[in-house]
Amino acid sequence: MVLPRPEVARREAAPGKTAAPTPSARRRARRAGALRAGLMALPVVFFAVFFAYPVAAITARGLGLSDGPGATGTGGGGFDPGRIAEVLGRPEILDVLWFTTWQALASTALTLLVALPGAYVLARFDFPGRKLLRAVVTVPFVLPTVVVGTAFLAVMGRRGLLDELWGVRLDTTVWAILLAHLFFNYAVVVRTVGGLWSQLDPRQEEAARVLGASRLGAFRRVTLPALTPAVAAAALMVFLFTYTSFGIVQILGGPAYTTLEAEVYRQTAQLLDLPTAAVLTLVQFAAVGAVLAVHARTVRRRETALKLVDPATTARRPRGAAQWTLLAAVLASITLLLLPLGVLVARSFGGPDGLLYYRALQDADASGGTFLVAPLTAVSTSLTYALAATAIAVLVGGLAAAALTRRAGRLVRGFDALLMLPLGVSAVTVGFGFLIALDEPPLDLRSSWWLVPLAQALVGVPFVVRTMLPVLRAVDVRLREAAAVLGASPWRAWREVDLPLVGRALLVAAGFAFAVSLGEFGATVFIARPDSPTLPVAVARLIGRPGDLNYGQAMALSTILMVVCAVSLLLLERVRVNRAGEL
Amino acid sequence: MSTTTTKVAAGVLAGALGVTALTACGGDGGSGKDQGATASKTVTLVSHDSFNASPEVLKEFTERTGYTVKVLKSGDAGEAVNKAVLTKGAPQGDVFFGVDNTLLSRALDNGVFQSYRAKGLDRVPEDVQLDKAEHRVTPVDTGDICVNYDKKFFADRKLAPPKNFDDLAKPAYKDMLVVENPERSSPGLGFLLGTAAEYGDGGWPGYWKKLKANGVKVADSWEIAYNQEFSGSAGGKKAKGDRPLVVSYASSPPVEVLYAEPQPEEAPTGVSTGTCFRQTEFAGLLAGAKNPEGGKALLDFLISKDFQEDVPLQMFVNPVAKDAALPALFTEHGATADDPHALDPKKIADNRDQWIQTWSSLVLR
Repeated sequence: MVLPRPEVARREAAPGKTAAPTPSARRRARRAGALRAGLMALPVVFFAVFFAYPVAAITARGLGLSDGPGATGTGGGGFDPGRIAEVLGRPEILDVLWFTTWQALASTALTLLVALPGAYVLARFDFPGRKLLRAVVTVPFVLPTVVVGTAFLAVMGRRGLLDELWGVRLDTTVWAILLAHLFFNYAVVVRTVGGLWSQLDPRQEEAARVLGASRLGAFRRVTLPALTPAVAAAALMVFLFTYTSFGIVQILGGPAYTTLEAEVYRQTAQLLDLPTAAVLTLVQFAAVGAVLAVHARTVRRRETALKLVDPATTARRPRGAAQWTLLAAVLASITLLLLPLGVLVARSFGGPDGLLYYRALQDADASGGTFLVAPLTAVSTSLTYALAATAIAVLVGGLAAAALTRRAGRLVRGFDALLMLPLGVSAVTVGFGFLIALDEPPLDLRSSWWLVPLAQALVGVPFVVRTMLPVLRAVDVRLREAAAVLGASPWRAWREVDLPLVGRALLVAAGFAFAVSLGEFGATVFIARPDSPTLPVAVARLIGRPGDLNYGQAMALSTILMVVCAVSLLLLERVRVNRAGEL
Repeated sequence: MSTTTTKVAAGVLAGALGVTALTACGGDGGSGKDQGATASKTVTLVSHDSFNASPEVLKEFTERTGYTVKVLKSGDAGEAVNKAVLTKGAPQGDVFFGVDNTLLSRALDNGVFQSYRAKGLDRVPEDVQLDKAEHRVTPVDTGDICVNYDKKFFADRKLAPPKNFDDLAKPAYKDMLVVENPERSSPGLGFLLGTAAEYGDGGWPGYWKKLKANGVKVADSWEIAYNQEFSGSAGGKKAKGDRPLVVSYASSPPVEVLYAEPQPEEAPTGVSTGTCFRQTEFAGLLAGAKNPEGGKALLDFLISKDFQEDVPLQMFVNPVAKDAALPALFTEHGATADDPHALDPKKIADNRDQWIQTWSSLVLR
């Protein structure tokens, strides 16, 4: 789709292209290069050690490029290119590939369709409870899939809510999977796109209308182009998330549906068929690479300097029948979406006064030795890990985003892609890679406390980068140049120009990183100790045992997890680093 | 200005590397400390997620031997074994607990364990000592995977609950059974192996065809089958589950009693004792363990009377030691499998993948 480029889009944001090659310009370019290298150092080291090296180690072993148990699998040793063709030629693998891809595309389309109006309403309309809603829609993000799956079945499974009301059953259909993906990823669109939307100056669209553009025309020519990078970033993340979907597809779709992620898990963790798993990992790389290339093409010409304003000034009460209808429709869809959460909360109450399960949570003995401490202490454990992971993710992701602000050559774009890969590669590949790669001093982190926040940050960093980058690239480069001309150092220029404008994006990004690590399960279960489980691990342990008290406590702890998430995000919303209004 | 910029760049770079170094040091310091402690005081037990032991019992071990146990949970049973195979030679700990007879061959063939004959092994029946010759693994507990039934459902219908595999395929029990997918669930795999033991290599696919015709439902995991589909469990009642038969464990009924508030006189569920497949769980000293002496002491402890009597209420399995008494809860509400089915680990190792594949093309597709 070729959009007519509006006036704002014509300002070229890349300074290098227009600068004449004078000696001072060359010096400046060199300095910019050095600065970029400096900013990139930490993210590069982080990803090399905690992602690229472990994944390369396990894949190399699977392909027979290195020795060790599991290297040869069923066949002989050594690298055999024929194996790749053999694996990809199996009909069941082709089925899995096809299903994985189309359900991810469909989920992404559905999520954008439903969530974009939501992003608009939550960013631009001023109504009571707006901040609460913004926090609440993020809650699904942190819930363990087995809990969400149970709640979904209660709404649309056999004798679920929809079944009793209208006789509608969606379990074991693709619709259940798509709706669950919408449920999980609604917040990704609302937060990524809404963050930028709330900072777009509404006067530009108004100006277009004064000049005679229709409402739709003004949106299409002014707002849509400005939003494209954020929409593309959100779509990219939703796609990667749904492409690597695992638990939810198994629970709601039933055993007949399998994603690539589940297949990698089965081949690695259950069958120990590393050669097949390695080929599938390469397929994941190829698919993610292709999607990143499409994404890069989409945004490259659309990222432009925008006039960003304080979000507080853009929101206003809805006016007119059309806007009220939109608000009502969005609120209705959010209510429907949050229905499964209600089921969990309802099931968390029991006993004579309703609080039986909550009381049991305070008592280690009530869990019959499932835990060495009261399950409730999982709250503080989770918060500690999540804060550490958020700090790491914001530091690494922030530096990376700053380095990527000014676009440059292939190398830097490759770096950008590398940062996104953790979202598209199986958690089990990374986890097993950790095991065989990080096994020698000084990097024997396998039993270290640090592994948990580090692994969680690995998933948080892509969110930080993708949330901050559209906004950072929208900052008018001339503001920075003006600051430099006035004698400001790059640090000062960044602090005075960029930070106030990207403050909101930084908060959104931190919120994401926090939510991701609060809900992260794979890496945590990997090393969490019995005396200090995180909330999702504790929930999974409780739900994995028979008995009413265990089931009830799992629901109660899930409810607490939701509250912790919502409250943390609300607190984060209250932090104000945004001083754009003062400019 | 030029020098300022250079300084800033250098500062950022130094800062970045400094933080990296710090992070590395932090991690290193942590594990270094652990390793230092390992040599004398700490013994690390690697296990699956279902491992549990009472704090008092672990404390008893420390008092008796001077070693503190650190537990590392490493995923579900299959995942934990595979991780042990992958880290052979540089193991995550000293002792591995939780390899069962369905995965034993994989661990032994890959040389994960070193030989050690635990003290007190003479109190353990010979038929569960599957590595008698070399003692690379020590049996610790046994558990039976059996069909559970909803007592109320069958009482209301005045129908006798099924007793064995043959019954499950009868029209009287149509659309009643939910099983787990053996590709991903260990009770699911146990049930499949039970049918293979009952009907033999040639006979089990035919049996499953009958089960399918009789409306067997496949759930992805134990959690969904038991807490969602099964009508007899506490979770299933809330979820309005409508399958009165589920593949679970022989110990599930006592656990339903234990975690009910108030505890009922009688368990809400029962066990079809002719449908059981016996799992035996083993522990072994990991090859390349950093603290082999501590590991040996821990293996001795795992089959000691104290630990063995702790096992039923912690992991809901039966102890292997003959002198370990079962808790009242188990003797009152538990079921004893009549002649549980078993298969030789070698036979399981040779056939498992093929059987699962045959099963999925028969039942799922």
